[in-house]
Amino acid sequence: MTYIMDGFTLICVSAGTLLFLAGTLGLLRFPDTLSRLHALSKADNLGLGLIVIGLLPQATSVTGALKLVCVWLLAQLSAATASQLIAGVVFRGKPPPK
Amino acid sequence: MIASALSSANLFGLCGASLAGFGLFIVIIHASLLRRIVGFNLLGAGIFLVFGAIARRGAAAGFDGDPVPQAMVITGIVVAFSATALSVALLLRLFGLTGRAAFDAPPADASRQDET
Amino acid sequence: MTLGLDLTLIAGLLALALHVVIVRDDRNAVVAFVAFGLLLGLAWVRLYSVDVALTEAAIGGGVTGVLLLRTEALIRPASAAPTASRRSGGALAAIACVLLAGGLAIAVLSFPNPAPTLAPEAAEALGRTGLGNPVTAVLLAYRSLDTLLEKIVLIIALVGLWSLAPETLWGGAPELHPTAIPEPLVYLARVLPPFGVLIAVYEFWVGADAPGGTFQAGTILAAMYLLVLKAGLRPAPEVKRTALRVLVAGGPALFLAVGFLGFLMADGFLSFPDGAAKPLIVGIEAALTLSIAGILSLLVAGPPSKAPAP
Repeated sequence: MTYIMDGFTLICVSAGTLLFLAGTLGLLRFPDTLSRLHALSKADNLGLGLIVIGLLPQATSVTGALKLVCVWLLAQLSAATASQLIAGVVFRGKPPPK
Repeated sequence: MIASALSSANLFGLCGASLAGFGLFIVIIHASLLRRIVGFNLLGAGIFLVFGAIARRGAAAGFDGDPVPQAMVITGIVVAFSATALSVALLLRLFGLTGRAAFDAPPADASRQDET
Repeated sequence: MTLGLDLTLIAGLLALALHVVIVRDDRNAVVAFVAFGLLLGLAWVRLYSVDVALTEAAIGGGVTGVLLLRTEALIRPASAAPTASRRSGGALAAIACVLLAGGLAIAVLSFPNPAPTLAPEAAEALGRTGLGNPVTAVLLAYRSLDTLLEKIVLIIALVGLWSLAPETLWGGAPELHPTAIPEPLVYLARVLPPFGVLIAVYEFWVGADAPGGTFQAGTILAAMYLLVLKAGLRPAPEVKRTALRVLVAGGPALFLAVGFLGFLMADGFLSFPDGAAKPLIVGIEAALTLSIAGILSLLVAGPPSKAPAP
């Protein structure tokens, strides 16, 4: 049983890491800020979600698993807000803060 | 011997030593005052990592690390932040009074006025 | 396996530090420093110092980053003017820094074996404090004088910061939010602070037995308050208000009072009576958390920039 759990963890975490890699590639290669934001927010949110799902079988208690899910939701909230703020600055024509 | 030299405590201690070197170099060499504040923080982070190496090596009595250096590092991080905040306020006041945010060499052209 | 993880972290830390040294643009350097702070938090986890990791991620990566980013934006007009970005004497400085780093490295590699440690003494006295987290015990019981003095240092820094305002503005309110506040920020400032307060209270409470504690919790509270101020949901408080000053000074004052109480009830200054140690420590921690939250948020808010209302 633990083999199945560990295999599930390995697959999900590897998939999440590949998504992060894809997002970083987009950050480096895309031509302008808005498309880079798009690559980052999509890939990072899904990548973090897959990593969290992959780590859920390894959690030692239900509260630990719930904390992992909370981390994912909070990261999504802040990443979404940050992307919106940066995109708003770009849209209004001023140089973005990052 | 190689295994103990490559232990994580030693590695992070050496990393802390290098960071201290980088931080001091930034403080000395850069003209921009904000960059020097960042360098001061890097210097502090390096020293704290050396403390962390000491704490990790002191793992005993069921703890994973000696708690006393860890507490000193926490105190240090907070005090370093308060020093950074005060330095930043000084920098902003200097900028508000003189319009400069760096230590310049005296300007070569005489048309620039010295505002103090 | 973990060696690879350690080496990757260290490579990242050194690469970011080198980037801060070389890059010309100040904003680039500050962003690299924020990323550096987060990687440093991971490094502290690898050193099994989770309390320090939490504090570094909160203060070193988070609050310092906010402070530096805001300052960089405010002084950007000065960097636009052409000035020399490096001073002369680079070779000499490089030699001095290599000597410093080398000296520290030699010190690290020649640490005595077996390593001297205070862990056994800390463990043995832990039962009498009623706490389970040895770092909290060191901060609030064994070395409580250090923590008390550190609070006083924070207050002195805050007063120093306030004194940098022009004479007519003393006691006024700092200016935090821009004239046009973006909608997503307001949304975040409405949604996040309840969770932030919950997480901070949890971290303060659990700090007695597991990694956590007053500084981490206080920083999260300060961050939530700064978010609310930045989104304009509450006006920045006037610095001369009594309630604000009571909040800022209340934690250290309670700490001092309990310390002097130790003369009457136990062995001396800042010693706790047996059996009442944990309630006293938790009470001091609660007051300290609120004070730290107030002091940190006021340190980031900066000196007053509006004259106080008469």
